[in-house]
Amino acid sequence: MINPFRGFTAVFYKEALHVRRDFGTLFFSLIIPLLQMFLLGFGIDTNIRQINTVVYNADGRRESRELLDRLRNSDTFNLVRFVNTDHDLTDAIISGKCRVGIKIPVDYSDKLLHQMSAQVLVLIDGSDSSVAGQAINVTTAIGLDESLRRVLAKTGDTTFAVDMRPKILFNPDSRSPNFFLPGLTAILLLNVTTFLTAFSIVREKERGTLEQLFVTPVRPMGLLLGKLLPYLMIGFFELCMILTFMRFIFSVPIHGSVLLLALLSLPYIFVSLSLGILISSKANSQAEAMQLAFLTILPSIFFSGYIFPRETMPRFFYVLSYFVPATYFIDITRGIILRGAGWVHLWIDAVALFFMGTMLLVIAARRFQNKVIMA
Amino acid sequence: MTEPEKPAIIAQNLVRRFGSFTAVGDVSFGVEKGEIFGFLGPNGSGKTTVIKMLTGLLPLSGGDASVLGIDVRKDPETVRENIGYMSQNFSLYSDLTVTENLTFYGRIYGLSSDRLGKRMDDIVQLNGLGPYMNRLAAQLSGGWKQRLALGCAMLHEPKLIFLDEPTAGIDPVARRQLWDLLFELSAHGITFFVTTHYMDEAERCSHVAYIYYGKLIADGTPDSLRELPDVQPPGTYRVEITTPEVTRALRFARTIPGIRSATIFGQSVHALINDDLDLDHLRAELLKPGIVIAEIRPLAPSLEDVFVELTYKHQAQAEATRD
Repeated sequence: MINPFRGFTAVFYKEALHVRRDFGTLFFSLIIPLLQMFLLGFGIDTNIRQINTVVYNADGRRESRELLDRLRNSDTFNLVRFVNTDHDLTDAIISGKCRVGIKIPVDYSDKLLHQMSAQVLVLIDGSDSSVAGQAINVTTAIGLDESLRRVLAKTGDTTFAVDMRPKILFNPDSRSPNFFLPGLTAILLLNVTTFLTAFSIVREKERGTLEQLFVTPVRPMGLLLGKLLPYLMIGFFELCMILTFMRFIFSVPIHGSVLLLALLSLPYIFVSLSLGILISSKANSQAEAMQLAFLTILPSIFFSGYIFPRETMPRFFYVLSYFVPATYFIDITRGIILRGAGWVHLWIDAVALFFMGTMLLVIAARRFQNKVIMA
Repeated sequence: MTEPEKPAIIAQNLVRRFGSFTAVGDVSFGVEKGEIFGFLGPNGSGKTTVIKMLTGLLPLSGGDASVLGIDVRKDPETVRENIGYMSQNFSLYSDLTVTENLTFYGRIYGLSSDRLGKRMDDIVQLNGLGPYMNRLAAQLSGGWKQRLALGCAMLHEPKLIFLDEPTAGIDPVARRQLWDLLFELSAHGITFFVTTHYMDEAERCSHVAYIYYGKLIADGTPDSLRELPDVQPPGTYRVEITTPEVTRALRFARTIPGIRSATIFGQSVHALINDDLDLDHLRAELLKPGIVIAEIRPLAPSLEDVFVELTYKHQAQAEATRD
């Protein structure tokens, strides 16, 4: 009876020796993700706050100062510069020193006092669309609010007819680390595990030991799984480390079950390892493997929903995102960590990942078999 | 040996095609147990392809092969369990120690730890790796790497070991020592299938075969090949003319009637000569233009001569059939 996993323990044990001997690689593959995590966790804030703003207050009386206070208190604008001419106002925007310019005309207070419509000019630098959008929304809202209060004061009503009460679930303070770090987990995990497996196999190719192994009774599945398992363990350790840092250094609360997250990460790590094996079946040198691995990591960053929401992608890329494993795992991490989702919500992601991993592994194993025959 | 033993390898009409290209065409040979079988041929002539077919890595496009009595087509797994294989670049794990390399291959072949320990002692005793057991393979010299690789290939006590260019790129002393080791092992009944480019190594084999672009054009003991009529045509003999002026001697020798062919070998010229031109006449002819001659003596053809003659003949036949 042929054991299809023959040679598994021998390969596994040997691979563990390689890892132990090459401690440097292991150390860096664990430390660099942590560094990336610190950079992104502390360095990136997607909330638009404190936009540099230039003000030309031609009026200068109490009403105009109240308006400026309201802009300041919105936390959206940082009034950094006060000028006295139209020319200086536009110049501050053209030079890039300020993104928004506000001009309060000389008759602002007068018009308000005489129940007339008072105009305020808001100049916005449109070169960054998200900054411009935020500036429009906030200034319009403040204008509307100010007008309503005056109308209500006149009629004597004290309540709005329609009162919108938005309530943000799951990340009420809109903290960026809460949004970024669960997604980053997927990217970092992919990074480490794909690279490690691809390298470990390509190294055997370079040395010629792979050819030697094929002449022994080792079965392809025993060989591949024996190589995969040590790195699966490293990947899992890495995940635990990232989660610990995320929870205790960046204070991202985990609303769902950590155990479920750990469990569902296994099919994802399996996919990224299989991807590494597939890369190594194509690459003949470590440099080649490196380039191919980068090629697989780019779509995971841009099309998985990690940075840009998938819903706003053009149709082609939206469809493409279904073929990116990180898409499913980001769904899982955000689901469990931010929304407290459970197995019932996420099983389909896990199944998709497991299916992808198996497919990749089978293709890789077949490619290896053909390689032996053709070489 | 009283009872007749089954041959270690029987290859019958082996064919291997890659698409429309025939890498190995109709190759048949047999290797007896305990032989050192030298398999020669230029690069790309199909040596490695034949090894891959015999070890069950490449399916046969045609023909039959049996290795140690096992049908390669039916049971390549069992074949691989019973043979050893050492590739030309001594495939070792350079970041593992000698012990770890041996242990890994031992486990691959499923040796129990008792048996593995015993086999490791045996092998260390045989190839003298003792002082280096805890050294990383990367720190070994070429000769020691090769001994370690051979050790890894024979841990599981295979009765047949394939060595693919075992001496490429190692120093002459290590080369000599390896051959001494092979003779010793072969005396214990282990069969070796060795590919090589070195003619002096071919001379040491008990059985040689020469493959030329997918066709086997010589097969036999070195002595029987030397006596082939194609190599030594009836009515001719070979001489070695030792002289300090080899190039001038060669140029002139080719003009003497009765000399069929002549080639330079180091400080001498080897010539194939008709029987009617005897040594004294030859010497007289060469002395005419004043060539200094140290010695002229009859010579048996070398294996290189054998392969050169057979290749010419094969090429001539191939041309004839094409026209």
